Amino acid sequence: MNIVVCVKYVPDAQAERTFNASDNTTDRDNVDGLLSELDEYAVEEALKIVEAGEGEVTVLTVGPAQAADAIKKALQMGAHKGVHVDDDAIHGSDAVATSLVLAEAIKKIGNEAPVDLVVTGMASTDGTMGVVPTMLAERLGLPAVTFASELTIDGGAGGTATIHRDGDASTQTITATLPALVSVTDQINEPRYPSFKGIMAAKKKPVEKWALADLGIDPSQVGLDAAWTKVEAFAARPPRSQGEIVPDEGDGGRKLAAFLTEHKFV
Amino acid sequence: MPTDDATDLIELTREICRKDLAPRVDDAERARTFPEETFRTLGRAGLLSLPYPEEFGGADQPYEVYLQVVEEIASVWMSVAVGVSVHSLTAYPIASFGTPEQKEALLPGMLSGEQLGAYCLSEPLAGSDIASMTTRATRTDDGWSLKGTKAWISHAGHADYYTTFARTSDDGGRGLSTFVVPGHAEGLSFADPEKKMGLHCDPVAQVMFDQVRIDEGRLVGHEGEGMHIALSALDAGRLGIAAAATGLAQAALDRASEYASEREQFDRRIGDFQGLAFLLADMEAAVTSARATYLHAARLKDAGRGYSKEAAVAKLVATDAAMRVTTDAVQVLGGAGYTEDFPLERYMREAKVTQIFEGTNQIQRLVISRHLLTR
Ligand SMILES: Cc1cc2nc3c(=O)[nH]c(=O)nc-3n(C[C@H](O)[C@H](O)[C@H](O)COP(=O)(O)OP(=O)(O)OC[C@H]3O[C@@H](n4cnc5c(N)ncnc54)[C@H](O)[C@@H]3O)c2cc1C
Repeated sequence: MNIVVCVKYVPDAQAERTFNASDNTTDRDNVDGLLSELDEYAVEEALKIVEAGEGEVTVLTVGPAQAADAIKKALQMGAHKGVHVDDDAIHGSDAVATSLVLAEAIKKIGNEAPVDLVVTGMASTDGTMGVVPTMLAERLGLPAVTFASELTIDGGAGGTATIHRDGDASTQTITATLPALVSVTDQINEPRYPSFKGIMAAKKKPVEKWALADLGIDPSQVGLDAAWTKVEAFAARPPRSQGEIVPDEGDGGRKLAAFLTEHKFV
Repeated sequence: MPTDDATDLIELTREICRKDLAPRVDDAERARTFPEETFRTLGRAGLLSLPYPEEFGGADQPYEVYLQVVEEIASVWMSVAVGVSVHSLTAYPIASFGTPEQKEALLPGMLSGEQLGAYCLSEPLAGSDIASMTTRATRTDDGWSLKGTKAWISHAGHADYYTTFARTSDDGGRGLSTFVVPGHAEGLSFADPEKKMGLHCDPVAQVMFDQVRIDEGRLVGHEGEGMHIALSALDAGRLGIAAAATGLAQAALDRASEYASEREQFDRRIGDFQGLAFLLADMEAAVTSARATYLHAARLKDAGRGYSKEAAVAKLVATDAAMRVTTDAVQVLGGAGYTEDFPLERYMREAKVTQIFEGTNQIQRLVISRHLLTR
């Protein structure tokens, strides 16, 4: 079982996050980054699968030099090797371009040994668009089984992946033949902490560094200029204004209900 | 930090503290529950066996690094930091005085992170005066039989093994020996936990040995070597308490500084009043010097030099600092500091015990002064 987990290096949500004034992209230099917490679930799920059977977990990230930290964290958790695609031309890429780079990287990984399963988080904690998994599956021609709250692999590499996808009213059970792409939610497991031994071991694990040229991607296909959308301007969210005080003159209940309906809370 | 590994280790500790310990500590201390799951998490991450050899499952980390991990944990959850320190202490006799066969047989379990140890030294009538202990170990055909009562034992009833000191002859301090008693041994029982002032998630109780029979192989070191082992272990253990006290004091200082930066009276931040600002400065000086003394002693230990006096100095300085800093931190918060809405009152209660256990601070002065006076 060869599993590729796509992970993203994101600005720490606990820190003050901002954008670059020059091109309105996310500022990744002046804030500490880390492995997106939603991707930890993907790493954990992949590790559980190979631990229960056999195989190897490769973590793949597309990002600037610091993104190596995201790979490092996944390797510390137990993943076997890493692939880091880093190229200045990628800066400012949108989801479409990111999925292209990921797809080409996965194809290249697959040249060595076929990839049986691609696992991703359900979204990144910075962009939170959640569209990359599906775009990636489309580019790779794989079935996309997304938002898994449970994942079962039957029959190993040539077998199937069955997921539960929880909706508001019902839970869907979906089965796909492998190879497939699965995105997982934060309900699927409890990601492990690295162990100190894992931290030591991670230092010896191989990490490949690829640039666009290694993947045969023309720089004009990615980056800010190729993006389908563009951030024109950004502004800090205005501070919350003071709430409305409803004085109760016997009709407090009615006023309250009116307020709630007006704002479509009920 | 001496190495990149150590930096990574501290980062790992902080992550676990932030995600696992911090969200639980307030409720658990209120409910007085033993955080078994938390110790398992720490064990799995390899944080319960740091200063021990890799070949037996440890991480071969210098004391200097191990202690900073304890400090980090203490800054979030004192009971757990004390537990980590006590557990480390329980493996010390075997690791330092055990035969190769004993290490092979017992250490991997102790260092696996799956087990937790207790350290049975104190007795109801033998606290500071260890040599007066009365728990007795008598030879049997194939080992030893232990009888007596130990007091104040952290992890009592929760531990997987009990590193125990008992009398094997009437020759005072030269008549003590060290044993490792399995937690499931027949004849072992526990009193109700003590109702303590703080450190509520560190269950402390009397441990009763009623003809507890153990194998010959569970005598650690030579017969009669117990006092030496106990004192040697305490030198190391004291550093754990010094580091924990430092972390506790740091936490109190951090909360106090935050509060003093925001709370306004007389149209100014209270921190802008020199009376309070200097208090904070003195707290910082106390925490920094506490840290310096334990690191100094640890570096001597790591270099294989004598460090007994320095460990006693560190324990004295750090725990007195913790008491003063936590008390002053309550003062900085005023009435709020005295309520359970903030953790300061808990810190203050927790600081007190650090001046008492692993040798009271009077005993530390005894140790220090003995090193100073010529015989
Ligand atoms: C929360 C907690 C956890 C503990 N955990 C453990 C544990 O896991 N294992 C364990 O074995 N023990 C443990 N202890 C016991 C602890 O180590 C003892 O309480 C401590 O050694 C003091 O002994 P004592 O309480 O009998 O006090 P005493 O020895 O009776 O001392 C009473 C007072 O007399 C002073 N005093 C005594 N002798 C002298 C002297 N020669 N000169 C000057 N002053 C002196 C002391 O400093 C103290 O102020 C724990 C205690 C507590 C409170």
